[in-house]
Amino acid sequence: MAGANEYRHHILSVLVENKAGVLARVAGLFSRRGFNIYSLAVAPTDDPRFSRITIVVDVESKPLEQVTKQLFKLINVVKISELDPAASVERELVLATVQAEAAARGQIIELVQVFEGKIVDVGHDALTVMLAGPPSKIDDFEEIIRGYGIVELQRTGRVALAKLERQAPRLRSVSGKVG
Amino acid sequence: MKLTGAQALIKSLEMEGVEVMFGLPGGAILPVYDPIIDSPIRHILVRHEQGAGHMAEGYAHVTGRPGVAMVTSGPAATNIVTPLCDAYMDSIPLVVVTGQVPLTSIGSDAFQECDTTGITMSVTKHNWLVTDAQDIPRIVRQAFHIAGTGRPGPVLVDVPKDISNSTMDWHWPTDADLAADLPGYRPTLKGHPRMIKEAARLIAESRRPVIYAGGGILKARAAETLLELVELTGIPVVTTLMARGAFPDTHELCLGMPGMHGNYTAVTSMQKADLLIALGSRFDDRVTGKVGTFAPDAKIIHVDVDPAELGKVRRPDVPIVGDCRLVIEELVKAVQAGGGAPAQPDRSPWMTQLRAWQAQHPLTYEQSYDDGVLKPQFVIEQLRDSTPEDTIVVSGVGQHQMWTSQYWRFAHPYTWVAGPTGWCGPSTATAASR
Repeated sequence: MAGANEYRHHILSVLVENKAGVLARVAGLFSRRGFNIYSLAVAPTDDPRFSRITIVVDVESKPLEQVTKQLFKLINVVKISELDPAASVERELVLATVQAEAAARGQIIELVQVFEGKIVDVGHDALTVMLAGPPSKIDDFEEIIRGYGIVELQRTGRVALAKLERQAPRLRSVSGKVG
Repeated sequence: MKLTGAQALIKSLEMEGVEVMFGLPGGAILPVYDPIIDSPIRHILVRHEQGAGHMAEGYAHVTGRPGVAMVTSGPAATNIVTPLCDAYMDSIPLVVVTGQVPLTSIGSDAFQECDTTGITMSVTKHNWLVTDAQDIPRIVRQAFHIAGTGRPGPVLVDVPKDISNSTMDWHWPTDADLAADLPGYRPTLKGHPRMIKEAARLIAESRRPVIYAGGGILKARAAETLLELVELTGIPVVTTLMARGAFPDTHELCLGMPGMHGNYTAVTSMQKADLLIALGSRFDDRVTGKVGTFAPDAKIIHVDVDPAELGKVRRPDVPIVGDCRLVIEELVKAVQAGGGAPAQPDRSPWMTQLRAWQAQHPLTYEQSYDDGVLKPQFVIEQLRDSTPEDTIVVSGVGQHQMWTSQYWRFAHPYTWVAGPTGWCGPSTATAASR
């Protein structure tokens, strides 16, 4: 199964005012302009006046420019950054309830350990497991455990931040002067 | 000072300088109608909410001030959606106030309830559901600010009946209060100096330039500045449907309307141009036709206050985000600094060509028949010649609108009221509303 990672995807990190109805405005704009949201994660930032919406969208870059500009026209949108997948840190979390009869249970626990996940709930014939990591890792995990029988599965949609600059501060100030 | 939400709303409209509003009362908005009795604001009663919206649009287009309409909840709110959509397409500043069922009833499918802010989200620049009477002055100030600045457009304020009836402490927000509460709204008005310099350079190199003037000229009150630029450079001008009158048809450098219903010279000048200076125009499909074959040899300078218009249809060589009047003023200075018209290439072959097209392909129609049946074009010409030059002309949408645009002679800005949403109806009411 191919996740978003196999396609050319774009991550928009949208800082919005933390007000009622803002998500509807953002989501409505996407549908109105004919774009498909692949995943979406929303939560308040450290400053409770603002929320950050991380949107993953599969489009060519030219129409993306248009949707970004239209998005920026929304009064409640404060800032938009497009995060280059190669220059950003992406994480996602999955909760999955997997069928786990006595015979399979050991194997599943082992797999969860290999993926550095956690068992978060145990039933008579099922386990609920949690795994956080890069979306590609979540895809791989999902594929592997699918064979055991997934009862329910919920992914959070990815969140992302730009990778930190690794240049030494001194060098950066020099390049700043030149540029 | 203690006021009711309704009183605060009317007082806020007064503070914004509103003199006229258009509306139709009904249940949920009734409390707001009471304070109008004691207000200097003139309320014009309509027979249908759509009329209120369109009249407010006409008022806004002709006066340059935001038009105000007030209607009740539910079916009244849905009736005003068409004017909102029209104003959104035409970038007309409109402030619409709708009544809403009490906050306590919202979501219960109450009598005359509808999700007004949800329904109008895609046809307004912004909208608000008021949840506290204390917020009314701030929201009204924001509403007028957002409607009238940047790319103008319609906004809507939805006021629940219990909010109108509740009390608040009157206060009027300062500019600082206004800015602090709109962290995501900072329209760019001043053009980038480097881009303006680059535009002046392209103009100085061009042999077959055309100015493609759009409705943004009128929105930015830039007609005089445009005239200055044209007189300085001698560049001919086409005026889109929205910009008829923005540059006088009586001027020798006016080529008239381009596009699907445009005249031969206006269309062909754009097709053959080596430079299009798009000022407040948006490469609308009625102007460009097939985008891939539109003005194939032209470099593009595109000036618009809305960054999303730059590159939406045609990628500009020089994009300039800014208010048309401010950008053209700077452009005039940059052209002057470069030596003005004498420093520019000889464009007489281009002008000769344009004159030849005008002579060979004027707008024509078969004359009226002898049996007394008059041609619409003939009627428009007769009306034109027997009315003063500054007559305001209003049309609906359709063939009569195209004939009017083609055969009228617009000598002044803001004398033409017509829009491209495709709405055709009681716009004559607009003229009466003035």
